[in-house]
Amino acid sequence: MSANPAATEPATAPSAAPPLLTVDHVTKTFPVGSTSLWRRGDVLVHAVEDVSLEIRTGETLGLVGETGCGKSTLARCIARLYDVTSGTVTFDGRDITALSRRDLRTVRREVQMIFQDPYGSLNPRRRVGSIIGDPFVIHGLGSSRDVKRRVQELMERVGLNPEHYNRFPAEFSGGQRQRIGVARALALQPRLVICDEPVSALDVSIQAQIINLLIDLQSDFGLTYLFISHDLSVVRHVSDRVAVMYLGQLVEVARTEELFGTARHPYTRALLSALPVPDPDIADSRRQTILVGDLPSPTDPPSGCRFHTRCPRAQADCAATTPPLEPVLGDLREHRTACFHPLATGEELASDSAVTPGAGEPPVAGDPPSRPAGTAPTDEGGDRP
Amino acid sequence: MSGILPTSTSSEGVGPEPVGAPPGAPVEERRAIEGRSPWLLAWQRLRRDRVAMISLVVIVLIVLMAVFAPLTTTITGHPVNEQYRQTGLTPDGLPTPPSSEFWLGTDDLGRDIFVRIAYGARISLLVGVAATALTVVIGVIVGLAAGFLGGFVDTVLARLIDVVLSVPFILVAVALVSITGPSLLVTVLVIGFFSWASVARIVRGQVLSLREREFVEAARSLGASDSRIMFVDILPNVLAPVIVYASLLIPVVIVVEATLSFLGLGLPPPTADWGGMISESQNYYTVAWWFVVFPGAALLVTTLAFNLFGDGVRDAFDPRADRIMAEVSDVTIEPLADVDAVEAVPTVETRD
Repeated sequence: MSANPAATEPATAPSAAPPLLTVDHVTKTFPVGSTSLWRRGDVLVHAVEDVSLEIRTGETLGLVGETGCGKSTLARCIARLYDVTSGTVTFDGRDITALSRRDLRTVRREVQMIFQDPYGSLNPRRRVGSIIGDPFVIHGLGSSRDVKRRVQELMERVGLNPEHYNRFPAEFSGGQRQRIGVARALALQPRLVICDEPVSALDVSIQAQIINLLIDLQSDFGLTYLFISHDLSVVRHVSDRVAVMYLGQLVEVARTEELFGTARHPYTRALLSALPVPDPDIADSRRQTILVGDLPSPTDPPSGCRFHTRCPRAQADCAATTPPLEPVLGDLREHRTACFHPLATGEELASDSAVTPGAGEPPVAGDPPSRPAGTAPTDEGGDRP
Repeated sequence: MSGILPTSTSSEGVGPEPVGAPPGAPVEERRAIEGRSPWLLAWQRLRRDRVAMISLVVIVLIVLMAVFAPLTTTITGHPVNEQYRQTGLTPDGLPTPPSSEFWLGTDDLGRDIFVRIAYGARISLLVGVAATALTVVIGVIVGLAAGFLGGFVDTVLARLIDVVLSVPFILVAVALVSITGPSLLVTVLVIGFFSWASVARIVRGQVLSLREREFVEAARSLGASDSRIMFVDILPNVLAPVIVYASLLIPVVIVVEATLSFLGLGLPPPTADWGGMISESQNYYTVAWWFVVFPGAALLVTTLAFNLFGDGVRDAFDPRADRIMAEVSDVTIEPLADVDAVEAVPTVETRD
């Protein structure tokens, strides 16, 4: 985690070690509706299509994208809450997509999830103590006295009062409930924690507390995070690397500072330009790229590059074939982009488009679409060919 | 509720100082730490509902009457099936009106109506509770299975529910009793068999929506088995509507039992039974009003009390019932349905 580099040296170790988790060409479709009375599944939602990524031990991989782009579906495929339609998910060298229920139990202990909705993810009719104690009970670990002691330790660790052991979720605030969810996810000392929008349902002030808690816990327990969010500022704060998803596919993966500095994919640029900037002078002067059109329906995704229907740089080849996710414009292997017409460093997305104000102006070097005031420019980094 | 773990708040083995309340804290504070279960909250709301509480008192009185029915024999000296042909019938052989001897009059065979009503309460309550329990057990199991397992199981069970709901109850009941002969067990089974489908339908609908909740996913990601998710995570959440339905079903069942008895399909004579008594009074009510009025009143009061109590239970379980909430909010218990109110409770500690 970028905020705590000393505590997580393995995180930044070179990629020589095998990744903790490998997602290989994973596709997930859901049958919806039907055109006949007897058969289901004539219409498919392509929630996740041919996604490949890897997560290294100790790192935090941010996964961003619009609502409905398949982030959560991908997370649930990794946690084996959904069975993948095709592709494989390999955790610590084991292909978990094919594991039986029984064999899956050992993996369940190592991969845990923190959910988005602190109200929906806790059973309203059960006491907090038994909710957090569930992992121990399900896996048959420890006597009931033992469980109680460990649950109270966990509550203490996540900043809850252990005396509130017998309370019900309704008696806690949103932030406290999310702490309960964190405690439950940590109970079995997992290695990978999937955070599915863990803070997006919370107040901004509470968000910071929960994120700091997650960062602390990562360094204490050596956790690896898959951090899903649609909030770019949060992802930037916590992630070592960031993956951007659009309509079920990955469009760009890069180290955090690189992605926020020299994003290649037009969609990533558009997302970044929507980031709020605290300084009103900068906010007024910068160019915003406003995407036209709506997110296409995942039941009938566009051909080729899925973004071509809304992309200001789209050309004929974009609609014909799907661009591979690979390093472009001489980027390092770390930085992969799925685009036939990626943006060069310093190039303005708006320059090709009549959609946004300021179109036609020459690209201004050192003025990427979004940079909070006070951040040093990073695009002189020499990654230009 | 939390069967897995001890519910005491003893602090053995806990390193940090308890922040919430020292051991000698006042009762209110202890209660806050113990946690208010949704059941406790519902009960607290129910306790503020005057009509429901009056109904509950009436129900308790009726239950006491049923349990201590033999006491009425001791007091009046009239066994339940004893026919008083000399004192209990007029010279013309008609029932005698209420008197100091027969408090509520006699029936066409010279039996004491007061004693028979007391004994009849046993049948009504027994059938009401037993058939409702049977209904709820079958309905919850079928509804849980259909809603949670889904797919083929759901298709079959949902059709079965539709079939059972469309069977003409009385006709089948008549046919069934004519084959097996009337008895308490048959009555309970017949009512239970024809009522479970509505419960199953309610439970199924609830489970379908609960199944998609994140806490079910959380349980699954922890590796919980299907049966654990069904009974530990989902069942407690469907119990509230089931309890509401059951409390409103009891009076219906009591009336159905009386109806079956009225039609001659209930318990065979000479068993004292409210429906049977009303049935027997048909030829006499023009000359003996007490014969129909008192058993009828017993039935009416009982079903009314159960219905009003059931309404109260429904209001208590539904936090959106504004009327009740307004009454609760000005006493000591904060309505926890309101999240803001929860956050204002000072004993909830955030240590950041």
